Amino acid sequence: MTVSPESGAPDVLVIGAGPAGVEAALAASAAGLRVVLVDEAAAAGGQVYRAAPRSFTGMTATPESRLGDDLRRRLAESAVETHFGHLVWSVSLGFRVDALAEGGPVSWSARRLVVASGAQERVVPFPGWTLPGVIGLAGATILLKSQHMLPGRRTLVAGQGPLLLAVAIGILKAGGEVAGVVDLASRGEWLATGAALLSRPDLAARGAGWVAQLHRRGVPLLYRQAIRRATARGDDIEVTVGPVERTGGPARGRERNFTVDAVAAGNGLTASTDVTRLLRAEHVFNEARGGWMPQVDAEFRTSVDGLFAVGDGAGIAGAAAAALHGRLVGLAIARELGALAPADHATQSASLRRSARRAGQFGAAMAGLMALRPGQVAGIAPEAVVCRCEDVTRREIDAACAEGVRSANQLKAWTRCGMGPCQGRICGDIASALVARHAGTEPRAGMFTGRTPFRPLPVAQLIKPVDYAELELPPPAPL
Amino acid sequence: MSSSAPSFDVAVIGAGAMGATAALHLARGGQRVALIDRGEICRQASGVNAGTLTLHMTRAALIPYAIRGRELWMDAVNWLGMDVGARAAPGLSLAFTEAEREMLEKRAAARTAMGAPIRLITPTEALAIEPGLNPSMIAAAFCELDGHVTAYLTGRAYRKALVAAGAGVFENTPVTGIAPEAGRYVIRHQDGGRTVARRLVLAGGVWLETMLGWLGIAVPIKCLVNQLIVTERMAPVMRSVVSIANGLLSLKQFENGTVLIGGGWQGLGDPVRGGVEAIPANLMGNVQLARHALPALGESRIVRIWLGLESESPDAMPIIGQLPGLDEAYVIGCVHSGYTSAPYMGQLLAERMLGNEPEMPLFDPARLIGKLEDTH
Repeated sequence: MTVSPESGAPDVLVIGAGPAGVEAALAASAAGLRVVLVDEAAAAGGQVYRAAPRSFTGMTATPESRLGDDLRRRLAESAVETHFGHLVWSVSLGFRVDALAEGGPVSWSARRLVVASGAQERVVPFPGWTLPGVIGLAGATILLKSQHMLPGRRTLVAGQGPLLLAVAIGILKAGGEVAGVVDLASRGEWLATGAALLSRPDLAARGAGWVAQLHRRGVPLLYRQAIRRATARGDDIEVTVGPVERTGGPARGRERNFTVDAVAAGNGLTASTDVTRLLRAEHVFNEARGGWMPQVDAEFRTSVDGLFAVGDGAGIAGAAAAALHGRLVGLAIARELGALAPADHATQSASLRRSARRAGQFGAAMAGLMALRPGQVAGIAPEAVVCRCEDVTRREIDAACAEGVRSANQLKAWTRCGMGPCQGRICGDIASALVARHAGTEPRAGMFTGRTPFRPLPVAQLIKPVDYAELELPPPAPL
Repeated sequence: MSSSAPSFDVAVIGAGAMGATAALHLARGGQRVALIDRGEICRQASGVNAGTLTLHMTRAALIPYAIRGRELWMDAVNWLGMDVGARAAPGLSLAFTEAEREMLEKRAAARTAMGAPIRLITPTEALAIEPGLNPSMIAAAFCELDGHVTAYLTGRAYRKALVAAGAGVFENTPVTGIAPEAGRYVIRHQDGGRTVARRLVLAGGVWLETMLGWLGIAVPIKCLVNQLIVTERMAPVMRSVVSIANGLLSLKQFENGTVLIGGGWQGLGDPVRGGVEAIPANLMGNVQLARHALPALGESRIVRIWLGLESESPDAMPIIGQLPGLDEAYVIGCVHSGYTSAPYMGQLLAERMLGNEPEMPLFDPARLIGKLEDTH
C-alpha cells in the first residue's frame, strides 16, 4: 500500500471538490498550508459545476459551465495537490483518509479534515419508483449536464424544488419531450420566495423565463400535485398524478394519468453525512435545511476536534453560499495552524460573512421549497418500497414499529432496511422519518450509524492475493 | 422516592442474549421481571456478532454448554417464537502451515475430549465438503455440529417473546447506579427515575465491570473490539462455516447471499464510546485471510464493516452465578465466543434463580472478586 504519494503529510485534507471544498482548499493553500484535495469524480466542480467528459468539445457555455471552468482554472493554478478519481472509503480519527484509485489503495494523514461531500437527493417513495426508467431529478441533471443525454423520449418531471424547472428546460433544450411538470408546491409558495429571490435577480429572472418557456411549449405545469403511483405498461410507464394537501399528503380530487417512457422525480436535497456520522460528530435535525446535518459553529467546526463540514454537506444552502463558506473554512484553518494572523483573518472573514449572508437567503428559500413535509411521509403508500436495496416496504416498517421499533438502527436490525449496498444513503432519511412517527421526534429516532466503506469496496482492488507466509497475523485465540 | 418507584421481583440489567434469555425464563417461571437496557434488546454484542455456531472456536471447557446452546438456537421457533435464521452447516477449520496443523490437532483433541464431534480430515475430504476452499491447505478438522444464526434478528424475537411473557421491557433506559436498601435493590436511572426489585441480575457484557462497581465489587473485565465485515449478496460460494486453526477467521454465507467475515480482528473502541472505527490495516489483514481461505471472495465487494464489543474475564472463563455477600444478586457474562451458548447460559441461571438445580454447573464469580466491600 502506498502512503501519501507525495512526500510529507498535508496540513489539510479536503474531501469533495465542489465549490465548498475547492474554495476551502484554495484559501488554505493561499495562506501557505499544504493542502490535499480528493474527489471521486474525474475533475473538480462537484454536482453543480460538473465538468463534461474531456472528449466532449464545442458545447455551448452556460452560467454554470463558466463558473465551473473558472473554479477548475483557479484550482489548476494553485499549489493544491489534487487527487481525482479517488474513492474515499474510510476516514479515521487522527485524521487518516483511505481511498481507492486505479493503482490500488492510497492513504493520507492530515491535521485538519474538511468534509465537503455535498448533498444527495431524496425521493419520497411511491409505488413504482423502483421501475426502470424512473430516475431522480439529480440523476436527470447529471445525464443532461454532463453526458448530454435525455432520460427518455417523453419524460414526466415531478417532485419539488428548483431542480424541477431546470430538468424540464434541460430536456426541452436537448430535444426531448416533457409530458408535464408536477410540483408539490403551489404557485403561491413560489411567489412567497420572491423577497429571497431578489438577492439573486439573475436566477430569479432565469426561473421566470423558464416558466414562460414551458407555457409556450404547451407543457402542463401542475401545482400542488404529486405522483400517486407508476405502473409498467410494456416499455412505457403509466404515471398517476393527483392533488396534495399543503402539508404534502394526498388530497381528494381528480387524478390524471400520463403515459411516458421516463420519469424524473425528486423531493429535494439532504446533506451527505456519511463521513461526519462515521466520526460520531454531533448532528442536528433541521427540516428546512434538508433534515439531518452535522452541528457546526460559525466557522464550520464540527463537535470533533479538527473536523470541519462545509457546503451542502453541512445543511442545504446552495452553491453560492457553499463557495463563500468554503473560503471561511480555509481561512479559519489557516489561522488555527498559524499561517494567517488573527487580524488578517478577522478582516478577510468579515467581508466573506456579509456576502455569505446574502447568498444564504436565496439558498434558504430554495431549501424551503425542497424541505420534506410531514404529509409526504404520512402519505407514503403501504406497498411502496422504502429501502430499494433490500425491498423493505412502508408496510413492513410500520409493522416493526408497531412491534416496538423506536430507532432507525433498531429498524435496520429488524428489517434489513438500509443494510444493502447503498448503506441507507437513499432510504435513510425517509426511514428515520417513518420511525419518528412512532418514536415521537426525528432526534429520538436518530439516523443510521455511519459505517465504512462509504461505497462498496471491491476486494480485488483493496488487496492482492499474497503468500500465506507473508500475512501478519495477530496471536491465536485461546483454547 | 423509591416507595413510588415500580417494583419487581427481578431486575435484569443488560438485554443481550444472556440477560434476555434469563429474563424470559424468569418471567415464564412466574417472576415479575423488569429487563432494563441503556439501548435496545440485543443491539450490542448479541446483535452485531458474526452469529457463528461453532465448536471449533469454543473454549474446550465450554463445549458441553455450546452443544446445548446450539440446540436451543436451532429450536428457537419453539421456545423463542421466531426463526432467527439458525441453520446447521458443516464446520471446517483449516491449517495452511505445519504450525497450524499442530495447533489444529492439539485443539481438536482437547475439544473432542470434552465431547465435540470433531475429526481430522484430509484436504481432499475438506474440498469434497467445500469445493471453493483454497486447495493449498495441508490439513482440516470437521465438525458436524456447526451452523449460524442471523444475530441482528434476535432482538426482535426476544422483544416479542418477553412482552408475551409479561416481562417489563425498559429499552433506552440507562442505569446510573444501584443501592441495596432494606432487602431490595433501588436502581437509579439517568432520567432521575427509579426501579425497585428484590432480586438483581447484572448482564452487562463489557459494561459488567462498571455494574459490579455499583455494588462495590471489583472484577476487571477486558473489552475486545471485534471487527466484522460483510460483502454484498453474491452467488453461492460456500455452504459451510469456515475457520482457521488459529481462530483468526470465521466465514459463512447467509441465505441472502451475503458473506460474513469475522475472526476477532480488533478495531478501535471502548465501553464508553462503543465500537468507534475499524483499523484499515486490520481490515485488510482479515480480508487477506478470508480471500486466502476462499479465493472466490476476490470477486466480492465489501458493503459494511462494523465493530462489536466482546467481554473477557481475567481467566477468560464465564462469570455466572450469585454474587457473594449480597442477597439475591446475580451476574452473567464473559462467555468466550459466547453467542453459541448464550441461550443455554441464560436458561441455567434462571433455573438456579427459580430454585432448581441447573443442568450443568454455573461459573462462580467469587473466584474473580478482588475486593468486596460490605455494602450493608
